[in-house]
Amino acid sequence: MLQIENLTKAFGQNKAVDTANIVVDKPAMIGIIGRSGAGKSTLLRMLNRLTDATSGAIMFDGQDVTQLRGSAKRNWQSQCAMIFQQFNLVPRMDVVSNVLHGTLNRRSTFTTMFNLYPTEDIHRAIEILDRLGIAEHAPKRAEALSGGQQQRVAIARALMQDPKIILADEPIASLDPMNAQVVMQSLRDIHEQDGRMVIANLHTLDTARRYCDRVIGMHAGRIVFDGTPDQLTTGAARDIYGADETFSEAATSTQIETLNEEVAKLADIAESV
Amino acid sequence: MAELSTSAIQTDYMAQVRQKRIMNTILLVVFIALMLGGFATANDRNAGGFWNGLPMLLDFPADVISEAYSRAELLPGYFVKYFPSLIETINIAAASTLLGGLLGLVMSLLVTRGLAPVPWLIGPLRRVLDVLRAVPEIVIALVLIFLLGGGPVPAMIAIALHTVGALGKLFSEVNENASLKPVEGLESVGAGWTQRMWLGVIPQVAPNYLSYGLLRFEINIRASAILGFVGAGGIGYDLRNTMSWGQGKFDEAAAIFLLLFFTIVVVDQSSSYLRNRLTHGSAKGEIHA
Repeated sequence: MLQIENLTKAFGQNKAVDTANIVVDKPAMIGIIGRSGAGKSTLLRMLNRLTDATSGAIMFDGQDVTQLRGSAKRNWQSQCAMIFQQFNLVPRMDVVSNVLHGTLNRRSTFTTMFNLYPTEDIHRAIEILDRLGIAEHAPKRAEALSGGQQQRVAIARALMQDPKIILADEPIASLDPMNAQVVMQSLRDIHEQDGRMVIANLHTLDTARRYCDRVIGMHAGRIVFDGTPDQLTTGAARDIYGADETFSEAATSTQIETLNEEVAKLADIAESV
Repeated sequence: MAELSTSAIQTDYMAQVRQKRIMNTILLVVFIALMLGGFATANDRNAGGFWNGLPMLLDFPADVISEAYSRAELLPGYFVKYFPSLIETINIAAASTLLGGLLGLVMSLLVTRGLAPVPWLIGPLRRVLDVLRAVPEIVIALVLIFLLGGGPVPAMIAIALHTVGALGKLFSEVNENASLKPVEGLESVGAGWTQRMWLGVIPQVAPNYLSYGLLRFEINIRASAILGFVGAGGIGYDLRNTMSWGQGKFDEAAAIFLLLFFTIVVVDQSSSYLRNRLTHGSAKGEIHA
């Protein structure tokens, strides 16, 4: 279904992504983990064609996505929705309009400029918002919502695209643990109920373990791990994060219990100073 | 808040959408009616008539271009001949932009809500800026030329005054968008007002100041060229002499237009270069994740 072949992105001398090879046969929930700067975002951005690859190919259903131009490229982008860390909504427009932006590729520039969306689309947008539990915020401006709610609006925009793939670039990195759980569960539900492929960049190991069928680890632009969460041993995790023996999974965790431990630790440090 | 059903939300939202669409349609109709009505009124008052004059619109540029083209070999000579007056014009513009910009900077900090040290002065000082913008610089220049005699200094003062008004307003709008958090941070360490402004606000807004300042520089080059028409010297004086009809000097006028055009291009290019340097720091290989 999706084949990434020797995909490379170089910024000058630096290789952000170095000859990445990934094969996905059927829709799955895939988590990509690694340190900041490991090339996770660049990989996702190349899939969506927000960033152009330096070399290599992305084959989807027999078509090389990296070669698409103009409207063919925009059509691919509409099938391959993107969710961002900072939500990337239009803050001054209402929630439903933001969700309707998911249909921009299908509609003419003129009708969208004057907000002339078909009634069915508006109804569907509100149904999607209802599915994500935020329908009552429909007429509010996007900027009036909390971070977790805004991220769900962004997911609604992605669903409105009716995409084959959903790419999520650090979807929970700006959220508190409760909202992070809601957002990750929504992504998991979308994968299970609609059978869409979801690829998410994640900072933390435990989120990847908990929600993903498959984990890909990146270190300094290279793929250093590709397997099921069970195969992800502490040794493999140390390779991914480039850490030594003092590394523990809790250090990368955002769950509430472990957070409490961390807070306790910080309090200890504060006392000892 | 009572839980609303999805269908109720849909109906409510559709009602809102319909209302907005009706408003938009009405506004569009009013806009078109005003445009058509206004055009008809203006055209009736016109001495010549818009449609009759339209074909002749290109006569003057055509004359200039054909004369310049037929004597193209003389153009480099004209560039050399008029270069000193161009320098004078640019000098007037640069001095007035610098003076006006510095004064505008101070004024902008005094009229920005949240930054101003004396809040009740905001209103009166804003009116001062309004006055400076409202009086055409050509009027100030004519008065000053009458008092001080012709030359570049009256033009410089006139343009600088207008620049204070324009940049003071634009800078204060930039200041409004600056984050107050660094200012609060500096206040917490006991910094004075000038220190807070200089170290907390200016670093945030400097790139925008620079681009507005350089845009104003471009405008001022044109303004100082125009003031040359009324005796303030510089390239405008030469342009008036060569542009008058029937003197056969259109080739020289074309050379002056080209000089002005190149000046604007140079200012524009250096403006974007400087702005990039200021926003992103000097060109070092930055790594994007």
